Amino acid sequence: MGKIVEIKGVNKIYGNNHVVRDLNLSIEEGEFLTLLGSSGCGKTTTLRMIAGFEEPSSGSILVEGERVEDKEPFERNVNTVFQSYALFPHKTVYDNIAYGLKMKKVPKDEIRSRVLEMMEMVQLNGFEKRYPSQLSGGQKQRVAIARALINRPRVLLLDEPLGALDLKLRKQMQLELKRLQKKLNITFIYVTHDQEEALTMSDRIAVMHDGIIDQLATPTEIYEHPATKFVATFIGETNIYDGCITSIKDGVAAMTLENGAVTVKAPEDFSLLEYATISVRPEKMRFSTTPVEGFELTAMVRDYIYVGSVLKCVVSLPNGNELKIERLAGQDLPPVGSRCYPYWNVEDAVLIHNESHYIFEALNNIRLA
Amino acid sequence: MARKRSKHEFRANTLPALLTVGPVTAVMVLLIAVPLIYVAVMSFCSIDEFYNVKFDFTLDNYIRLANANYLKIYVQSLVIALVTTILCILIGYPFAYIIARTKSRKKRILYMLVIIPFWTNSLIRIYGWRSFLGSSGWLNTFLVKTGIAAEPIDLLYRQGTTILGMVYCLIPFMILPLYTAIEKLDGSLLEASSDLGARPAATFFEVILPLTSGGIFSGSLMVFIPCLGYFFVSDILGGGNSDVIGNLIERQFQSGNNWPLGAALSIILIAVTLVLVKIYQKLGGDMDSLGV
Amino acid sequence: MKRKKREKRKRRLGILFCTLVYLFLFLPISVIVVNSFNATTSKPYMSWKGFTFDWYIKLWENHSLVEAFGVTMVIAVVSTLLATVIGTLGAVGMYRYRFKGKALIDGLLYIPVVIPEIVLGISLLTIFAKVHIPRGMLTLILAHVTFCIPFVIFNVRARLAGYDSSIEEASMDLGANRLVTFFEITLPVLAPGILGGALLAFTLSIDDVIISYFVYGQTKTYPLKVMESVKSGVAPDVNALSTLILVGTIFFVVLTQGNLFHKKSRQ
Repeated sequence: MGKIVEIKGVNKIYGNNHVVRDLNLSIEEGEFLTLLGSSGCGKTTTLRMIAGFEEPSSGSILVEGERVEDKEPFERNVNTVFQSYALFPHKTVYDNIAYGLKMKKVPKDEIRSRVLEMMEMVQLNGFEKRYPSQLSGGQKQRVAIARALINRPRVLLLDEPLGALDLKLRKQMQLELKRLQKKLNITFIYVTHDQEEALTMSDRIAVMHDGIIDQLATPTEIYEHPATKFVATFIGETNIYDGCITSIKDGVAAMTLENGAVTVKAPEDFSLLEYATISVRPEKMRFSTTPVEGFELTAMVRDYIYVGSVLKCVVSLPNGNELKIERLAGQDLPPVGSRCYPYWNVEDAVLIHNESHYIFEALNNIRLA
Repeated sequence: MARKRSKHEFRANTLPALLTVGPVTAVMVLLIAVPLIYVAVMSFCSIDEFYNVKFDFTLDNYIRLANANYLKIYVQSLVIALVTTILCILIGYPFAYIIARTKSRKKRILYMLVIIPFWTNSLIRIYGWRSFLGSSGWLNTFLVKTGIAAEPIDLLYRQGTTILGMVYCLIPFMILPLYTAIEKLDGSLLEASSDLGARPAATFFEVILPLTSGGIFSGSLMVFIPCLGYFFVSDILGGGNSDVIGNLIERQFQSGNNWPLGAALSIILIAVTLVLVKIYQKLGGDMDSLGV
Repeated sequence: MKRKKREKRKRRLGILFCTLVYLFLFLPISVIVVNSFNATTSKPYMSWKGFTFDWYIKLWENHSLVEAFGVTMVIAVVSTLLATVIGTLGAVGMYRYRFKGKALIDGLLYIPVVIPEIVLGISLLTIFAKVHIPRGMLTLILAHVTFCIPFVIFNVRARLAGYDSSIEEASMDLGANRLVTFFEITLPVLAPGILGGALLAFTLSIDDVIISYFVYGQTKTYPLKVMESVKSGVAPDVNALSTLILVGTIFFVVLTQGNLFHKKSRQ
């Protein structure tokens, strides 16, 4: 497996708006890569630059080892599934799907057999003569996918393709898309703001934030070891603590927080007196009715919310910050309003360099330059 | 690299922009902007004894325009336009309201019935009115035969007849924007109004009228302005007794052959138009709703 | 009960009012149609003197009138085509691209719509005289194209308002270049707006009296010919031709509207 798409030092600037900043990203052949981020983070712009609808302000984009930034969209061997589907309203389902082949001047009977085969694959048999306006959201979605896949692109770009579907259909289509991708062995570059969708489908996720990639890793890695505070908060629920490392011994750090002190596992690149952030997932949080060694956190139980198999506990720290803690249902719990002592297993917390740390570094660099 | 980029820019932007917008720009500049500027220039020129335009700067034309006879016609023209506009609103509003509020399939037919008469040339329809109103026309024949009138009444060559012709020619320009505005009106608003205790008249003045005023404004503009220039209506029906500004201009360019004077008269018309359009925009009118 | 009665009375009043307005709208046309079968020979505004087809026969002998009608049709078709092509391209270009002077062109487009036609007529007359373009077919077509373009543009623009330009990107993404995309995607999707604009342009062109009046030279259009006949007196063959045109247009409309209904029910 080689690199099929390479983005090297790409910037995109609209007027005063620096949308994509010095982006570097290599995408492996056959992988399902998701660009994840909230709106305005530059993920769609990145996708559109790969497709050829936007031109990078600087930097280069390589598809199959060939520079493409000067190529028109119709000269690139990538295809796109659009957010709004962008089905041609005046063409039937058949003609929509056949469009790419017609442009390639493929013989009529070959078009016919390939379109029918593709319609079979996305389960649209019998819909040849319908117009897009006569289709449901899910069916439109399938047409859009079939239309983009018929050219057998090396890379398929998907721009929030499931955004307009309802939850149930979305879940179903997620699985179908994943199945299709495995079957056809095509590289998928998928843009979404839905972290759950990204976690379910991707081989790798690139979390984008303000035009840069905060973290590029597998879903498990992203969830369990978020690289930045943004990634930690954006993906799933978490509890965040900011503090200062007061001692490091055998890979375990003691930290002082605004509300007390805690211990966490610290990788080697953390140093004494560094300001850092701790992220602990609700399911990793514990609390006890008696103080726990290594932790000096006191909180008050605010509320219990029963959601099926788990119980969500809300406890609040003296400064008013609320913590989310998940417990299996059916356990004995202290009553609401009573005092409790939150803690975690040292290895369950993730220590993250504080963003101010980066700012400090950046300032240093500027001074050096 | 930079050159390649600009080539892409050219293919993706400059060339298509040039190809698409080029022709319309050429037409609009050469056949609208330049001629109008030329008319403005000409209005400051004079003529020699052979009626040729002499390009020397003079204000004579504008001084002549202040002549009492001309002033009388301006006033008369504005009065005719104003009365026409008011009549068009009074007739057009309830009419547009009724057809726009018709629920059945008949609505489409009713709408088409407004448009069909206007596929016959306006001149011919005005001629039809003349045949109807003339001293030996249908109306007079009917009046005399039934004994309502002892002898034919001279209905032509009156200001009222010109106004009738103007209303007739221009009323669709009032009905169509009103129809669009009224059709857009959300029925639940009327129900809400009456639910809140408004009587029909109150609902009309509080809800319907404010929401359809855009239609009235654009309709009025599209009736009032052409009215000042429709010289053939007053020619055929008014017989020269009810000239509008258009008649004055027409005479300078055809029989009178004093083009600079006609140009100056046109400038007056342009000025009136500009003022009215400005007022229209001040009232919140949308220029795009004037198009259709 | 009382309420129902009141409603009914209101409805009747409405129907009566509308009927009167329609009568007003159709009155002069019916005068023309009836007079085209009227056997009267003298004076222009005669009462009924018996039924005749004479005027329709006479019409065939009046070559200049039929010729004028032909001129009108040629001008209408040519200027509609030109205005539709130029206007459609312009509307699409102005929707998509940003360039200097766009606001100016936008402003210029409103001039033919709001300004009295007579001003447009005389301004074209003066400029044609200035650059020595002889008045005739060419000047008539130029004039008609000029005042039709804005109406085409406004119609197409209205269609563009609900236009999702990502379908063009989709087309290019699937391998169609800009030209193919324009003809395969842009044009067909905008077709209803373009057709509406073309129809309006055609109507405006055949109906135009005032602007043509100033630029016609020796080439007389049908309305100008009518104007001449009306001024000089009797014109029963004008009635006959007008009736034929009216019947023709109604026939055409019923045909195309029927087509429209058909399409709607299918989609």
